[in-house]
This record gives sequence, structure tokens and C-alpha cells, in this order.
Amino acid sequence: MNTPNRRNPGLALAVVLCSTLLGVSACSTTGAVAKSDVAATKSAARTRVEPSSPPSTPAPVYPSTYKVVEAPPTLIRNATLLTGTGERLEGTDLLLRDGKVAAIGKSLAAPTGARIIDASGRWVTPGIIDVHSHLGVYPSPGVEAHSDGNEATAPATPQVWAEHSVWPQDPGFEAALAGGITTLQVLPGSANLFGGRSVVLKNVPSVTYQGMKFPGAPQGLKMACGENPKRVYGNRRQLPSTRMGNVAGWRAQWIEAQEYQRDWRQYEARTAAGAKDLRPPKRDLRLETLAGVLRGEILIQHHCYRADEMAIVLDMAREFGYKVTAFHHATEAYKIANLLAENNVCAAMWADWWGFKMESYDAIPENALLVDAAPGSCAIVHSDSSEGIQRLNQETAKIMGAALRMGQPIKPEHAITWLTRNAARALGIDAVTGTLEVGKNADVVVWNRDPFSVYALADQVFIDGNIRLDRSRPLGAPESDFLLGQPATVAATSETAP
Amino acid sequence: MTRFANFWSACALGIVLGVAGTASAADNLLIRNATVHTLTSEARGDTDVLVRDGRIVEIGRNLAAPSGVRVIDAQGRPVTPGIFAGLTRVGLEEIGLESTTGDHAQRLGQMRPEFDVSLAYNPAAMSVGVHRSNGLTFTVLTPGAASGGSLVAGLGAPVSFDGSAILPQRILFVDLGGDANDLSGGSRAAQFMLLRQAIVEARAPNLVMVHDERLLSPSGRQVLLEFLKNPGLIVFDVDRAADIRNVIRMVREEKLRAVIRGGSEAWRIADELAGAQIPVILDPLVNLPDSFDDLGATLENAARLRKAGVTVAISMRGSEVDDAGKVRQAAGNAVAHGMSWADGLAAITRVPAEIFGIGDRFGSLAIGRPADLVMWSGDPLEVSSAAMLVVTNGVVQSLESRHSALRDRYAERVRNGTAR
Repeated sequence: MNTPNRRNPGLALAVVLCSTLLGVSACSTTGAVAKSDVAATKSAARTRVEPSSPPSTPAPVYPSTYKVVEAPPTLIRNATLLTGTGERLEGTDLLLRDGKVAAIGKSLAAPTGARIIDASGRWVTPGIIDVHSHLGVYPSPGVEAHSDGNEATAPATPQVWAEHSVWPQDPGFEAALAGGITTLQVLPGSANLFGGRSVVLKNVPSVTYQGMKFPGAPQGLKMACGENPKRVYGNRRQLPSTRMGNVAGWRAQWIEAQEYQRDWRQYEARTAAGAKDLRPPKRDLRLETLAGVLRGEILIQHHCYRADEMAIVLDMAREFGYKVTAFHHATEAYKIANLLAENNVCAAMWADWWGFKMESYDAIPENALLVDAAPGSCAIVHSDSSEGIQRLNQETAKIMGAALRMGQPIKPEHAITWLTRNAARALGIDAVTGTLEVGKNADVVVWNRDPFSVYALADQVFIDGNIRLDRSRPLGAPESDFLLGQPATVAATSETAP
Repeated sequence: MTRFANFWSACALGIVLGVAGTASAADNLLIRNATVHTLTSEARGDTDVLVRDGRIVEIGRNLAAPSGVRVIDAQGRPVTPGIFAGLTRVGLEEIGLESTTGDHAQRLGQMRPEFDVSLAYNPAAMSVGVHRSNGLTFTVLTPGAASGGSLVAGLGAPVSFDGSAILPQRILFVDLGGDANDLSGGSRAAQFMLLRQAIVEARAPNLVMVHDERLLSPSGRQVLLEFLKNPGLIVFDVDRAADIRNVIRMVREEKLRAVIRGGSEAWRIADELAGAQIPVILDPLVNLPDSFDDLGATLENAARLRKAGVTVAISMRGSEVDDAGKVRQAAGNAVAHGMSWADGLAAITRVPAEIFGIGDRFGSLAIGRPADLVMWSGDPLEVSSAAMLVVTNGVVQSLESRHSALRDRYAERVRNGTAR
């Protein structure tokens, strides 16, 4: 299977149908934009906002209602700090205040009322970011009613938004928190050439997804190469049934998007020139998304395994004047590591998935390693799995093991960038999170030991300076309503924490 | 980047082994200064292992090196038995989504306990070489209960990843629970009904039934009868505690020999499993309610079962060819969540070998046995540790695979800036 939950064979029929039979895996959406802290800084450079350009989606709609919880300052003392910038600082203190990293240094003074955490012998990293998740859209339990990740009714559905499928009660969110996940991108599946928009979420409990939505994070557009779209639609005797059909299907949509953009520009130019009573072009949800990509507001997150197909996609991006932000899965990225680096494209990869479909036959454990070795590269380790997202640190450790076998060991301070800084870059949120630097969001994990050990556990997890997980305290009730009163949690909460 | 042939000499691990090329006939070697985990006694540091003509002839300190024996200095690194890949399709499937490459399940629409999946085993499959180079040395080939098949999946068999013949043991696999409902008319109750009927047919070969009412073919009745008489080992893939309890009852009443595979809720009836002496082969990473059979799933399943005295082995829930690569990680996570380290290692070596009746060949190190062992760069339960020496069936194995060949081809291009 290549399903979003292919590691969860216990999935019920609906998901199995959707993912196994159709061979649908999940990938790529974009999150809508409420221009806040992210946009104010980093995105200014990334986003070409032309005053005359048509509105992609009149913003903000479906806005984030996430609010940073007021919390006392926290001083984490004497930790081994992996900053996410490539540095490792020993015996260092980290001060979190007002939701931000306030100071990094030796023997910092504790502000009045600060929570003090003695991290002697422990390691501290930025919050882990998973750029490829289907939590919420393919939640647990994987029953038919929960199969909300693929709008596999037409090959091009840029009009759908993954956030409108997210079930905030998915128990996978809190399981991921235990693995240090503070931010995740939830994507539609890969049944379609254009799967729809993704959303970036903060991993906080909320009854509504809006309460999790990362303020200011750009949305993505999930696109998919290769076997999945052509299998799903080929089986229905419609385009695409071949790889060339995939490319034709994409190009036809981009041409429409260009026309749509032209119509809006023309309308706005005439209006600006004084024309009155002009009727604006009709809004089209599908083309709004694509136009948002052409304007650089929505980031392309492209599911693509094979090297040759990624090269075609890069040519297509040049043809229509947009940028590919990241290839996802990218099992053959190592074959074109230099090409990807030169085009400033990230590759989000697994450590050890291979052989589940023909286009993953050449996947090797050293994929991320070789991608990373190209100058200017952007290697990311992603999960695409409700199991994998709980231990992206271990996935990365596998790659470090492969590096050791090659005689080219990777240092922890470098490996952590694949899960933090580079991941933040692929989501357009690197101005505010992904590294431990003064002024960044206080998204922080305190590990009980080297995070790249299989025995490592997250002792404390902070999101915007607010403690969201604390293993030193007894287990409370689960955050997910679904888990309340179920056998696992009844037993767990009746015992004291280790 | 180093080519594989001289990878050890160049690697940062700092030891030199002339291990490369194809496996040869039974080997002679002396591993010195290892931390040896025999799995039959406590780990021993500064210990040597002498292999002659492919057999372990001595384990002890300061062994003399006979002439002509290759000497390997382990520098304190761990040596363990070869690792159990779990219940897998390794060698039964090349590519998950390509049906012409997969043979693990029959879709004849009939209950065929005589379906022996080991007849499809291909020791030259890519996955065999990949897993072997990573220190996995044996598996139990596992038939699948596919849609259009039967909840009685058929027969599986243990195989060594040395490329030699399939071992003689046969194990019967049965799939129960919600995910098998489409194989039992929509109800798990019917699963037990069908199993009971099959047992009746097997035990009464002369039972007069019109053909259409029979579940089993003559050969199916014969195979099942053999399992009932001896009795043979039956693996029940089942997760929900209530279903496991039904299995325990059936095992008692029909005098079966059973193993639970999956068992995400097994901890809830740990005492009953311990009392019935039924082992559990579980995936310790299963902690989410993937289905309504898994509502009790927890990372502490393995630890709680061991505490109750249940025999625990590890196999990944997924059976695809790459899943087997996660067994060491799974064991490490079980340890991180309360299982002892020794039990964690045993759960992927000695325990599964004993469950499947091949403990005399796999899963532990003992004098007189064909050498089946691995030397690791570090703690074998750490995912960042790598196999540095793999010996199966007395033969030192190549650490090359299709994966390493791809790696070496493209690492050079990346280094030259021509990977485009």
C-alpha cells in the first residue's frame, strides 16, 4: 500500500479502499494566509504581492483563532542545546518568555516567578516539525467515516482545503506531541494531480481546527506525480492513465489559471482607469488556488518519487512561472541532489520506506544523506504516517546510522536541522520557528537524553513558551475526546506516571 | 565516498575486515574482544567466539587463533545472534502494489489450509539481500488473508536468509477480528463458527456432506487434521481482548497449540494468556486506536505482558518487505517503555526462534551450532547501529546489496556535482 497510513494495516475498509485499492497516498495542501508574524518578516521576500493582482482568496477567511497562552517565564538550565542552526552548545541555559526565546547563554538569571527546569544531562532542541502528515484527515480510528484525505472524484481538485477535513479529536495529535512534534503540515492525499490546499497546524488541543491553525503560515498546494493519479483515474478510463497524461493534466490547469489571472488583472486595470459598473470575473475556487501559487502566496508541496519526474516538474514550473517549494517522498531525490539544490527545492523524505510500489523500488536509506551532501541543499525527514510522526528523531537516527556505515558520520547538531530549520523553510515559517534563536517562537523540546537514541523520550514540550507535555507529572485525561473512557486511557490514568 | 569493497577500512569505525564479495562455503573465523550476547546466559565482555567450518566451536576468553582462521577484533562491540525479521513476505513479494510480484495470499474464494506459501519463496528477492546485510538472518514466511481468500490464510514456514532451502516446520495462519469480517460474511462470530466447522470436517474425514456444504478440500482436511493431532503451531492474528479470550477458549477445548499475533489489547488479559501459556508476537509501536479492535493499544503492551509472565516476541504489524527493517527499532521502543533490555533483544532473537521450533539453529549462540551471528557497531537496539559482520548458517555474508550499489553509484555523482 502507499496509503497515508500504510503502516497502519488495522485501518478500516474505507481507508483501505481509498488507499489500498486506489493506491492513494497523501500529500500536499496549502494553508490559507492570515498575514501575521510570518508574513511580516520572512514572507515579505518570498511573496510577490502585486497591488493590482487579483485576490486569490479574499483573506483572511477561516482565520486562525489560536492564541498564545499566557505562561510564566521558563528557564531551562545547563542543557546540551541543539539550536537547529547547526550549532551544539553544551551546559547552556535557555530562557523562554512571552512565548519567545528570550535568551540563550551560560548561567542566565532567572526572572521572578520563572519556572526552572534543570536540564543537566538532558538535551534541548527546537520543536520538531513534520511537513507531511495526514493526522486529522485520515485520523484514528481509520473507519470509513474518517476517510477525508482524498477528494478522489476528479483528478484536479485545487478547490478543496485539507483544513476542512481535519478532525481535531484525532488521538494521533497527542501521540505526536509525545514525540516532540510542535508543528505539522496536514495535506490532502495523492490520488489527484492537484489534491487541494494543505494547512499548517500547531500541535495544540482544540475543539476546532481554527484553534490549531498556525497564524500567518502560508497554505500549500498538494500535487502528485506518478503512479497514484494515473492508477486512480486510469482505472476509471479517464485522464490521466499515464505519466504523460499526468503532465498534460497539470499543464491544462495552469493554462486555465493564467487566463483567470489575466481576466482579473484586466478587470482591475480597467476599474483603476475609471471604468464603472464593470462586472468582476466570477470567483472560481479551483483557479483561486492555482492563481495563489502563481503569485507565490501558496507553496507547492509536490508528491513525487522518481528523479526523472521531478525534473519534468521543475521544467513545468519554469513554463508557468511558479516555484516548487518541496518534493515530498522524493525517494529518488539522491539521483538529482545537485539539481534540487541548484533550484532551491527542498526534499522531504523517509528513512527506510522502500519496495511498496514500483516508484519506490530504488529508495535507499542514504537518500536524505546524499541530498544533504549537495551544496545549498534542503533535506527534510518527514513521516506521512501516524506512527512515524511520533518518532521522527528515530527516523533521522536511522539515516545517521547509514552515514556511519559510509564512514561519514553526521553530527546531531546537523541532523536536527532536517527536522526543524529545513522543515520550517519548506512551510514558509522559518522566520518564526524551527531554530532556537532569540526572538523566535519558544517551540522547544527537552529530551531525557540524546534525541537520536531509540530510548530518548521527550520530557517536556513547549509551544510558544507554554508547556504542553510534561512527563514529570502524572498522566492526566487524554486531550482527545475519542480516547476518553477507552480501555487504554482508563488503565493509564489510574496508574501514576513513571 | 567509499565503495563498499573497502568500506570497512575507510570507515570511521576503525576496524579492518576483509569482508566483501559473495558468500563462500563454511567459514573459519575468530571474533576477539566482543561483548557476546549468547541469549542463553548473561552478556559476557572481552569474549571471543571461534567459528570453524561454519560452526561455533568455542566461546570464551583469550582463545588461541588456529592457523588459517581469520581474526576480527571487535573492540568491545556487541555480538548477537542473527535478528528475526518477523512474520513477513520477504521473498514472497518484490513490490507491494504489483500483483505479478506478490505471492503471499491466495484469492481462490476457498478455505485452503493446505495453501503453502513457502512454495513461492524466492531467495534471490532483493529484500532478502537487503535485510541480511542489515543483520536480519531469518524470518517466518507468512501467508496473508486477502480479500477473496480465506480467514485461514494457509501455511507459512521459517527460512534462513542464507539462500538455502526452506526449513521443514509448517505453521498455520488464521486471521480474526474486524479486518477479517469481509472473509466471514460480515461477522467475527462467524469466524469462530467457520473454524469450528473446519475442525469438525478435519476430524471426521468420513463425514457425509454434500459437496457444497464442505469448507475443506480432501487435502485441506488432511493438513488440518495433522495440525490437530500433533498438534501443530497455529498463529492467530487477533487484537481485541474479547476475541483473544475466544481464541484461548477454543485452544483449550480443541487442544490446539497457538500463538497470538498482533494482540494490541493482549495486556488486558495478560494473566489469562500467561495461564494458557500462549505467546504473543506483537508490534510495540502500535499505540493508536487504528481500528475498534485496537482501542486498548498502548506502548506498554510488551512490558505489561512480560510482567505477567507472558512470552513476548516482536514482529511489525505490517508485513510488507520493508517493514522487517524496523524490528530492532521496535524492540528498542519496547525497552524505552518498560521492557527490560534483555527481554527486548530476546524478543527479536531467541524467543521467536523457540516459538517456531528452530531454536536449535537460530536466536542464540551455542557450541556446536552453525554460526548465525552479527557484530554491531553499537547497541543492537539503537537504530543508528549498523551490522558490521553478518554470519548466517556458518557463512560470512556480503554486506553489499542493491541498496548499497545504488548508493555507491550516486554518492560519487553528488560528490562530483553531477547528480542531475
